[in-house]
Amino acid sequence: MSKPILIGNGQGFWGDSIDAPVKLMKDGPIDYVTLDYLAEVTMSIMQRQKNKDPNRGYATDFVQLMKDTLPIILDKNIKVIANAGGVNPHACRQAVFEVAKELGLTGLKIGIVEGDDILDDLPRLMQTGADFKHLDTGEEFASFREKVLSANVYISAFPIAEALSQGADVIITGRGTDPGLVLAPMIYEFGWTKNDLDKLAAGTVAGHILECGAQATGGNFTRWWEVPNYAQIGYPIAEASADGSFVVTKHEKAGGMVTRDTISEQIVYEMGDPGYYISPDVCVDFKTIQLTDVGKDRVKVHGIKGMPTTESYKVSMSYLHGYKASGTLTISGPDAYGKAQKCSEIIWERLRDAGFEFEEKQSEYLGVNSCHGDINPHPKQINEVVLRLSARDNDRHKISRFGKEIAPLITNGPPGVTGFAGGRPKPQEIVAYWPALIDKKLVNTHVNVEEV
Amino acid sequence: MKRVRLRDIAHARSGDKGDSTNVGLLANNEIAYEVIKREITAERVKAHFGNIVRGEVDRFEMPNLMCLNFILNDSLGGGGSETLRNDAQGKTHGQAILLMHVDVPDDYEL
Repeated sequence: MSKPILIGNGQGFWGDSIDAPVKLMKDGPIDYVTLDYLAEVTMSIMQRQKNKDPNRGYATDFVQLMKDTLPIILDKNIKVIANAGGVNPHACRQAVFEVAKELGLTGLKIGIVEGDDILDDLPRLMQTGADFKHLDTGEEFASFREKVLSANVYISAFPIAEALSQGADVIITGRGTDPGLVLAPMIYEFGWTKNDLDKLAAGTVAGHILECGAQATGGNFTRWWEVPNYAQIGYPIAEASADGSFVVTKHEKAGGMVTRDTISEQIVYEMGDPGYYISPDVCVDFKTIQLTDVGKDRVKVHGIKGMPTTESYKVSMSYLHGYKASGTLTISGPDAYGKAQKCSEIIWERLRDAGFEFEEKQSEYLGVNSCHGDINPHPKQINEVVLRLSARDNDRHKISRFGKEIAPLITNGPPGVTGFAGGRPKPQEIVAYWPALIDKKLVNTHVNVEEV
Repeated sequence: MKRVRLRDIAHARSGDKGDSTNVGLLANNEIAYEVIKREITAERVKAHFGNIVRGEVDRFEMPNLMCLNFILNDSLGGGGSETLRNDAQGKTHGQAILLMHVDVPDDYEL
């Protein structure tokens, strides 16, 4: 029996802790570090960056991280798997190569996985039979086609494993599934095939548990008061074995905790039907997952069953869908909530008088009801409340005008109003999503490994 | 029987799925799981969330984790980047379900 491999995830989303991946590499044993930078909205932002400059369109934070950690990666022989490539894995690799040259490093092999980005290929794919009907509503795609900003396929984990088998130290991908980043090294190390359904299912569950970083180690945990040392919280590590079982843990001296309860909470995060979790490589029955305590901060995950997956990949396309803005005012003193409601009335009335109606508008009272609506009774007296006003419309000009109507309340409305230091809220573009399916046979992924 | 909040016998986490959220409600022990399985119906969850949830609520049982998984359909005011809500992704719905009341046996140790 070969010894377990240690896979840690140091980045749950673009914007997650800068230090977490460095600590995973430095503060204890680790074989693989995975990094997830991509959300749906990120893809459209990156695509627009690439449209302006063909050398952009990837997660620039990753390049800085490589600058800080390449020496330790080569020294300790750690493999890094990151979806930092966004819509331009080539340019991302070039940037990391340049960093390696600056540092005087040689022998670094970087692999890229491509084929997920189908934006330029849409016309050909439609001619060969892909209809890209909306996955939830069944709407026809044709009328949306001109508006599409980005189009990416959630591809399999096997191409990443292929890059590892070609000797890559660092692998940069575009859009794949988040759990695939963790599944791939298990496929490579243990020689799993597409028919090893239970093992692929186990690796997918490992990826699901790790994909949101510290949400497996005490982050977001209901009984937060039990979690030691949040400030130095450790990011999760899977000790994976060839039989598909794995132990979730963290570096010994890191903060946070790993218990059956922190793991079970993360297993149900973003869960649909637990009996049928679809991924590109396998469908997983989450009702077969067994958790066993095997020591302090060590939970064994086992018993997982997989089923054959579908004939399709999921496609995520983004398109521009109007504008929105939000602004806040802080209202304090006697009858703070009453005054805040009055402020809201005044602002919407002024906008109406000026001839501005919106497709959607909203007033929320932070401190009273913005998260839980009417579930709790609204307090009669509250020391201070934040009024959050928002509007959405297809017309950018209207949203811009809305943003100018908030600050005047500080001097021409009720007393005790403050907190408008941030300036007028600017219209933000709304990026909406068009989920669809594509026949797997129509998608070609490819792997390329180069050495600096 | 005595009346307690769900937070006394269970823990929870929520996340977004398009314009819907899921809330995983995990019982602290077998007795608590029997209680939530019996008491916390999809209808009760929908009523509890009031005007936050515009669609139906689906319920799935996961006995292996002593968990009920609820899908709160149409609960994010458009979802994704379209929603105007402060809690755009339903991150707080897990905390909200723990405010529900439930009856447990008198000898249930809190």
